Amino acid sequence: MFSMDLLLNAVVTGVLVGCFYAAVSVGLSVSFGLLDVPHVAHPAFLVLASYGVFFLNDSYDIDPLLAGLMITPLLFVFGLVAYRVYYETFEKRGSDAGVRGIAFLFGIAFIIEVLIILQFGVDQRSVSASYIGKAWRIADMRIPVRLLVAFAVASGLTILLSLYLSKTFMGRAIRAVAQDQEALRLMGANPVKIKQWAFGIATAVLGIAGALLIIVSPVEPTLDRAYIGRTFCVVVMAGLGSITGTLIAAIILGVAESIVLSTLGASWAPAISFAMLLGVLAIRPQGLFGRRS
Amino acid sequence: MKRNSAAFWIAMALFLAAMFLMTQVVSNEYPFFAGYVILQFIVLAVSWSILGGYAGYVNFGTNAFFGVGIYTAVFLTKATGASLAVQIAVAASVGALLGLGVGLLTLRMQGIFFSIATIALSIVIETSVTNWRYVGGAAGIQLQRPPALDMFHSYLQMLFFVQAMLAVLAIATSRYIQRSWIGHGLQALRDDELAAECTGVPTLRLKLLACVVSGALMCAAGAPGAMYLQYADPSSAFNLNYSVTVLAMALIGGTAHWIGPVVGAIVLGVTQQLLAVTISSEVNVLVLGVMLVLFVVAAPEGILGLVRRVSGNRGEGRG
Repeated sequence: MFSMDLLLNAVVTGVLVGCFYAAVSVGLSVSFGLLDVPHVAHPAFLVLASYGVFFLNDSYDIDPLLAGLMITPLLFVFGLVAYRVYYETFEKRGSDAGVRGIAFLFGIAFIIEVLIILQFGVDQRSVSASYIGKAWRIADMRIPVRLLVAFAVASGLTILLSLYLSKTFMGRAIRAVAQDQEALRLMGANPVKIKQWAFGIATAVLGIAGALLIIVSPVEPTLDRAYIGRTFCVVVMAGLGSITGTLIAAIILGVAESIVLSTLGASWAPAISFAMLLGVLAIRPQGLFGRRS
Repeated sequence: MKRNSAAFWIAMALFLAAMFLMTQVVSNEYPFFAGYVILQFIVLAVSWSILGGYAGYVNFGTNAFFGVGIYTAVFLTKATGASLAVQIAVAASVGALLGLGVGLLTLRMQGIFFSIATIALSIVIETSVTNWRYVGGAAGIQLQRPPALDMFHSYLQMLFFVQAMLAVLAIATSRYIQRSWIGHGLQALRDDELAAECTGVPTLRLKLLACVVSGALMCAAGAPGAMYLQYADPSSAFNLNYSVTVLAMALIGGTAHWIGPVVGAIVLGVTQQLLAVTISSEVNVLVLGVMLVLFVVAAPEGILGLVRRVSGNRGEGRG
């Protein structure tokens, strides 16, 4: 039978994992939630960042988190370029951009997947660091230290990004562009530049998120498929563009997955995020804390 | 118009006759093995385009319909030993119901929300099948082919001809929809759903209809797949690669006209068969992805658009 201990354990693990889900989703919360880019390639970018971290850790023995920081500037530039290409080819042309934009990003996701397979093979990869493989025991609970590290870094990352968007000039500009692009243009600001910057930030965040991904569990090239469900579930449930919402939605998803994992078993786990996503889309498409689009 | 229609039906009849002749004359199994896959993708791309092309709803859940078609056939074979025709008919009905379900669930979703919802659905269905012991669960299930009908030398040749008939059915359906008020209505809601609604186009009913027809054809295309491979397992039956392949075929061919997905499926299908023989399957997906991205960026109207540009609008208005 399902005991209280097990439930408590599942909830605690769920909260920790949930914060980690928030970290891998905040980028999407900006690119999709605020900028309305149908970024289906976000999880593929995430896995790509994980492989970058794996490469640095494997070849030069660099700590995964440090490696994540090291690739962050690269990812930022990558994001700037990616948005420029997306803008020039789709947003600027206007009509029918939706269908082709989605197909474009879907295609990019598959290309990244195959490139990773060609470079690193289909096997699972993981990183080594002193805090991986250890566990804390509190009463009857066994909490892996890697989850605690992910929890701490993820919460920090999410809070930092939230502060950036609400307190700094550029952050407020990004929120303004999400609210009313035309008004911004009338005030003499260039909305495209701001969106490009925001997309750069959204991609740069994946450096740390990718490091956390490979710290929490081994990665494989097709892992992005599972994270399409998780990231979009979190962002849509949160309500587009709400960073605080992202944290809460991610914790809800983490706890739900963790409880299903310890009751029904691992074989049902992949469907949880997608089922919740379907439910949210069908019942409350504006999410928990949504801005109405 | 009338002459066009006659020409179309004669072409379809000739095509079927040629395919049938091929099963009688050619004894090497390989052409049927490869041809079956190309025909299957013609059906999938054409039916995808009914919803994705005419109505502009990008369905990422092709794999869900395809996989449900396969597993309907698996279930029927195991439970009742039903014949191929029954398997396809039941799969089509299940596909129609699934399409209706998708349509109802996503009534008010547009753009990316619809696409993500269809991916979500495919994963949920895949997970359910994975946990369904009766049809083999995650490990998959082996199937025995029954003897083929007398007029065919082998079961594979029969499957090949059946898939050719499904292709004709899908093409004829797509052509009919494009030329009727249904197609015009779908194109109107694709261009501007609100405006279409306001001018009296029954957008919801049209969308549901497109979901149902598209879903039924996709499931029907999947049904013979169980016997083709004589094996089924959830992760290959519901592989997301089917979705990206079909999407690429339709967009590369061009979605403005029914012939586009047919051209796209033939071009990409043949390329893939050639690549599969020579290089690895990963490179196959890579080529597919790169072609999809290139076409979407540089030739938004697909091969159809390129041909029209070259021949200077001469193809305009032909149906």
